[in-house]
Amino acid sequence: MPALAHTVQAKFASQLIATQRYREQETAVIHREGLLPIARWLKSDAAMSFDFLMDISAVDYLKFGRTLSSAPTLKTPSPLPYYMTPKPTAETWQRGVSNDDYRFDVVYHLFSSRHAHRLRLRIPLTSADPVVDSLTGIWASANWYEREIWDMFGIRFTGHPNLRRILLYEEFQGHPLRKDYPINKRQPILKTPANAANSP
Amino acid sequence: MASAPDLSQLNWVTTRVDAALGWARKFSIFQYPFVTACCGMEYMATATSHYDMDRFGAGFPRFSPRQADVLFVVGTISQKMAPVLRRVYDQMAEPKWVVAFGVCTCTGGFYDDYTTVLGIDTIMPVDVYIPGCPPRPENVLDGLMKLQDKIAQGAGTTLAAGLSVRPPELQVPHRPDAHL
Repeated sequence: MPALAHTVQAKFASQLIATQRYREQETAVIHREGLLPIARWLKSDAAMSFDFLMDISAVDYLKFGRTLSSAPTLKTPSPLPYYMTPKPTAETWQRGVSNDDYRFDVVYHLFSSRHAHRLRLRIPLTSADPVVDSLTGIWASANWYEREIWDMFGIRFTGHPNLRRILLYEEFQGHPLRKDYPINKRQPILKTPANAANSP
Repeated sequence: MASAPDLSQLNWVTTRVDAALGWARKFSIFQYPFVTACCGMEYMATATSHYDMDRFGAGFPRFSPRQADVLFVVGTISQKMAPVLRRVYDQMAEPKWVVAFGVCTCTGGFYDDYTTVLGIDTIMPVDVYIPGCPPRPENVLDGLMKLQDKIAQGAGTTLAAGLSVRPPELQVPHRPDAHL
């Protein structure tokens, strides 16, 4: 199986932060400036022809990996079975970006129905500037995914034609899947004496 | 020569009319099923022939709240859905009753988050709580019979907008720092 992420690396070396390969799943970590050219090439190139954007999601790494107990899994796969793999330490975790302000990842899952291969793109973003280009011009399915990520994480997509909340209501304040959203905070539309106690 | 009316006789007549009304109402429950989630499967199992809710005179769902007597709230209610449910309730004509079907409608169940209403009794009065995730059909029929008892005791038992009082076993203290 050709290493797709390495092909991306060879062509877009300046935009690439890292490549990962874990159990036949390939990931390319890229700068957000490279998203549009890389996405256009991944869709149009005959050897790639990623015609299906399966999913877009986001991750909030607000406290993730900052302590030893919450350190993530090893970057490189271990030859040992998972239950014998050494406990990961904080030092094994390299985000690929040096900025201390790093907080979010936007994750794209691509699939090619011609070659039946998959690729994952990850874009690290900072908490001060959580903005990335919209892919709606390349894959139409990006439209609702990006609205959902805006709704849940407050990450903005420049160039999106209709970046409104998709699941929650317009009156909702904040973005509930951010790790600093209070877990018990409720914002009822229909306010009554009985639910006022749980409301801000 | 007319004698004074016997008040005790009149009282006796009045109570018998109430009892007859209650008896008639409890066997002709027109329900409005407000089904939003997985409890709906158990509701259907109860309503159809195996358990046969129609034995209790409650077999005929009406899909207009104006024609319904009992509102069955079946399934999780989100904050976005709450105004809709309240409007359905307000559209129902008196006398009317509300059944909270499943633990999500009783207390919110295991949902304790930004989007779920923690019990529909925070937004409207409730007459009968049927807990369970989902409740068994026997449990639902038990709740239905309790509702029938309540209807037979007299119409208009629904509390006014001041909301009902949760039974003690369903009272959950609010813990704003539970996640810390």
